[in-house]
Amino acid sequence: MTLGDAFDILLCLLILTAAAGVIGGRDLFGSVALFIVYGLLLTIAWVRLGAVDVALAEGAIGAGLTGVLLLGAAAKMDDGAGQRPSFRPGALLLCAGVAGGLGWAVVSLAQPAAGLIPLVRENLPVAGADNPVTAVLLNFRGWDTLMEAAVLLIALVGVWALSPEDSWGGRSGLTQRVRVDGVLGTFGRFLPPIGFVVGVYLVWVGTSAPGGAFQGGTVVAAVWLLAIMAGVVEPPPVASIRLRLLLMAGPAVFLATGIWGFAAGAFMAFDPAYAKPLILAVELVLALSIAATLALLVIGRPRRPQ
Amino acid sequence: MIADVITVTLISIGLFFFIAGTAGFIRFPDVHSRLHALTKADNLGLGFVVLGVVAQADSGWSVLKLLLVWLLALTAAATTAQLIARFALPPGERP
Amino acid sequence: MTQTLIFGLTGAALIALGFYGFVSHRHLLRQIVAFNLIGSGLFLLFGALARRAPDGTSDPVPQAMIITGIVVSFAATALAEAIAERLHDRTGRPSLPDLDPDDDD
Repeated sequence: MTLGDAFDILLCLLILTAAAGVIGGRDLFGSVALFIVYGLLLTIAWVRLGAVDVALAEGAIGAGLTGVLLLGAAAKMDDGAGQRPSFRPGALLLCAGVAGGLGWAVVSLAQPAAGLIPLVRENLPVAGADNPVTAVLLNFRGWDTLMEAAVLLIALVGVWALSPEDSWGGRSGLTQRVRVDGVLGTFGRFLPPIGFVVGVYLVWVGTSAPGGAFQGGTVVAAVWLLAIMAGVVEPPPVASIRLRLLLMAGPAVFLATGIWGFAAGAFMAFDPAYAKPLILAVELVLALSIAATLALLVIGRPRRPQ
Repeated sequence: MIADVITVTLISIGLFFFIAGTAGFIRFPDVHSRLHALTKADNLGLGFVVLGVVAQADSGWSVLKLLLVWLLALTAAATTAQLIARFALPPGERP
Repeated sequence: MTQTLIFGLTGAALIALGFYGFVSHRHLLRQIVAFNLIGSGLFLLFGALARRAPDGTSDPVPQAMIITGIVVSFAATALAEAIAERLHDRTGRPSLPDLDPDDDD
């Protein structure tokens, strides 16, 4: 056993302990806070697995945005009673069976396999992106990513649809009471410009290094949320046409390039000569739409009348 | 080789501060002293870890990015510490 | 290969743990958190199996699919949270009512 293996085992034990605490802990708020810790530990695991793009996504979305969303919900829905998981022997047995079956599958599959690496490597020169993950996301399996953008939009429509009639079309979230010159107010004006640059940089660098539309978009969404929480900007009313155009722009541009792909032979087929600028353009617009969609998903349904 | 020695030394110093901060977090009795241990010791520890990694950086850009990470962590820690500290004050008391 | 085993088995354990949390909690938020544990365990298992190449690199196709999965599971979490919160607003309860076969309404 090498030193690296020892580190991996220790990391996995930490992850499992955190997960057990998330399920078994009594306090709702503590459970959610531990879930964020768990997400950050998973981020390290992804780096260990050589998947830096996934690590960025897990850290930003899995731990960060999901954490903010659940913390906000816990503050509203915590009755202070605390909950212990009930003891269910049947379910416990079933879960042990699931773990055993999956574990057996992992052990039997743990043999060297090249997977799709040779195929990706072979086609990378015509993909328009040097980062293989970005090439897969936006070119080889562009369908997936288009559907994913659509799923985000549909989820947002679903969240909005839950608003009572009197607040439909109004602003999301509650009114923030923050002192403009206070600590949070200052932080809310200091960080967004830096965060915006970092987000755009992540999108830009995504074609050749870890990064991309989803990771960059999440950073932009995070600083927008911070600015809203610090009372620097108001969340837009959901009836706003400009907001809706922004939300639609990414999927629409992606779809349009997909249809343009018919010129190169098939839907979503990119002509290698134009692939790079096309991917970059789609990514930049998609990142902005994703940022707006993610942030609005976190602040939730409209609550204030227009 | 020299860079490796510098890295190991600096990161060891950084880890010492992290351990000190964590010990404070576990041992100290109330929110404010715990916050004090976490934000003071851990930010210093992170600074040493960043300096240790800087010794391994291959370009000026990497150094700049690493320092930006430290700066952002510092400001975020300072802000959240203030907010938590204010929230934890007994009702009616002003800072 | 060792990494595939270590992280793959951890992923399997996380799926089972999340599944148990999902059926043993009544509070909707706890169930949503448990659902997220199942998801991240699945991703970890998938990612561990993506690292079986003889030259030690990670397969980019599963990576891209995992990124897509993380985003989709966030969307599902946000929708589920909004529904749970609406239920809480209307009924004052953070959990679904008990299933009672004799109850007609």
